[in-house]
Amino acid sequence: MDSSILLSLVKMIVVIAYLFGLFWVMGLKVGKITLGGKKVDISRWINLLGAVAGFGIVQLAMTKFGGFQLLNNFDIGLLYQACTMTMVALGLNLIYGFNGQFSLGQWGFYGIGAYAAADVTFRWTNGDSRGLTVLGIGVILAGVVILLIGRLLSNLRRMPVLSSFTIYLVGTGLAAVVAVFAGKLLAPMIDPLLGTNLAPGPLAQGAALQVVFVLGVIFAGIFAAIISFLFGLPVLSLGSDYFGIATLGFTIVVYTLMVNTDTILPFPEMRGGRGMIGIPKLTTWFWAFLFMMLVIVIMRNILRSSHGRSIISVREDETAARSMGIDVAGTKLLSFVIGSLFAGLGGGIYAHYIGFLSPGAFDFLIGFNPLIIIVFGGLGSMTGTITASFGWIFFLEGILRVVLGQISPEAPTWRYVLYPIVLLLLMLVRPQGLLGNVEWGYLKLPRIPLRKSAAEGEKA
Amino acid sequence: MMSAAETQKKPVLEVEGLTKYFGGLRAVNDFSLTIHDGELVGLIGPNGAGKTTIFNQITGIYLPTKGSIRFNGINLVGFEPHEITRTGIGRTFQNIRLFSNLSVLDNVRIAFHAHCGYGLADSILSSRKFEQQEAEIVEQAQNLLEIMKLSKLQNEISRNLPYGEQRRVEIARALACNPRLLLLDEPAAGMNPNEISQLMELIHFVRDQFKLTILLIEHQMRLVMGICERLTVVDFGEVIARGTPKEIQNNPQVIEAYLGKEA
Repeated sequence: MDSSILLSLVKMIVVIAYLFGLFWVMGLKVGKITLGGKKVDISRWINLLGAVAGFGIVQLAMTKFGGFQLLNNFDIGLLYQACTMTMVALGLNLIYGFNGQFSLGQWGFYGIGAYAAADVTFRWTNGDSRGLTVLGIGVILAGVVILLIGRLLSNLRRMPVLSSFTIYLVGTGLAAVVAVFAGKLLAPMIDPLLGTNLAPGPLAQGAALQVVFVLGVIFAGIFAAIISFLFGLPVLSLGSDYFGIATLGFTIVVYTLMVNTDTILPFPEMRGGRGMIGIPKLTTWFWAFLFMMLVIVIMRNILRSSHGRSIISVREDETAARSMGIDVAGTKLLSFVIGSLFAGLGGGIYAHYIGFLSPGAFDFLIGFNPLIIIVFGGLGSMTGTITASFGWIFFLEGILRVVLGQISPEAPTWRYVLYPIVLLLLMLVRPQGLLGNVEWGYLKLPRIPLRKSAAEGEKA
Repeated sequence: MMSAAETQKKPVLEVEGLTKYFGGLRAVNDFSLTIHDGELVGLIGPNGAGKTTIFNQITGIYLPTKGSIRFNGINLVGFEPHEITRTGIGRTFQNIRLFSNLSVLDNVRIAFHAHCGYGLADSILSSRKFEQQEAEIVEQAQNLLEIMKLSKLQNEISRNLPYGEQRRVEIARALACNPRLLLLDEPAAGMNPNEISQLMELIHFVRDQFKLTILLIEHQMRLVMGICERLTVVDFGEVIARGTPKEIQNNPQVIEAYLGKEA
């Protein structure tokens, strides 16, 4: 028993050290070196190399070498869960930690992403192309329609938000109808190439299936983003607390729809409350890592730009932000949509790792997990969120489950008593969260040096 | 009476018949004001006279119940606050409203957002345009900080600054919006006489440097009388007097509003 505690603990520490090392290499500034007579800045290449190496190290640790495997399947599962949790929690941190909008809807968008992506690959491997075509055409059309309507409406001043919402809703609805018809038209052309579940056709295996999987995850993310746009447009105009309650309602609505997917929604393959089975397990470390890094890079790049600063300014003081020429409503919507996009992507990766989706996993009570994680890690710290996500999964699902499981089969339930106590202690000792708003390595925003004149004045 | 020189100048801000009700409370009633290019105008009045409400209507935070606000000929009524700022009106707040957890430089950089010149895609891909524009923003922000003598404090968290310096950051931030008209809401509140003298110099300097038109609310008579060219006095939401500082000082109605009726 002792060795397994120690081993799990070491694994957790190694994983977190690995993350810090990864971001350290990715943020390394080497400066210019002379290469073939020319001065070249190779920092970017070193950073990219660091990310690839970070991927490779874990991939090697996962590979079996003559019966020896450093990370067993249980650990690999934890890693995938941690990656998806990171994506969901980062999205929520953008909404709550950076933009200051208290949202409990993240779990709902996560669920939407999971179910949408799962439906795409499930149908595809069962000889039905409409999952991919309808979702793909639908989100692309809806995205274009929303952008066009946005451009048209930008000339109208003080339009009531419900009116513009109705216009967007009608536009998106039309896009959906067109997508369904397009899917029906395309089906006879693609379906024969898909085969059946037992005898997959040429397009339902190998590289083609991988492409469908990636497209499915991306479309699912965009789908969640579009839903969040339509939901956020009227609801974000509420004050912060009211917005929190409304988003809680959203998560409950999504949960209820999931329980009834086969009755009130036309998706018999999702099997309602019994849970959706037979989702192809396509998530590999490559995809989990790639999507997580994609989310991290996108979020970090947004945060260091003027858009990121305007997002943060809304958290700091809405009235002042308004008076500085910042479109507060637009900024809130932007961060909400991007945060939900991340959640949707995370859901897609999760569904293809677990292979089974049950509405119980998307209950609003579990939906508090990402919120706890970002508060634990530090609101307004990407490093804190990533660390807390990995730490959370490895502590709760790794150490506690393993260790308590050895005491008695029922004991793992105690972890739901233990982690709130840890949380309570942390809030007493460090209310700003583990890392406050400190960032590390790659995630750190570049510090602008003082001007020469000012720096000299400082010394004198 | 306006002098001949003033009438020739172009009016920048024309407020006419501005009225604001909060429920049954009439905060501002039929307020009118015209400001010409390059003027430095003061808006004074006892506490609760409706001065800040007038500011908030000009900057779009409140929607006027009645009346028109024309800025360079455009009617601003119905514009969103950020659109009004983008037409060229910058402001500071009575109770300083900095982004208090951010650095001084970030406070100023945020105000450049309206003119940042790159899209979301540029920042995600960190394109060359993004790098250039960011460098430009830093350059301009540092210029402003240098003018406001804040260069050394660039990386300080703004809530840690002393009061007077926070005021200067706020003015720098308002200037970063590239305004033609600057609204200063009680810039001298809580300052000692020495700081007020510095502030007066600063306001003059800023006006000349950026060729601004300035409207300021103030309680400190020394500042108002020292730098304003024209004054408008409001009480209970109505204009009770207009004129040069000299005229206002001797106006019996103004004295009554401030000190009460002679017994």
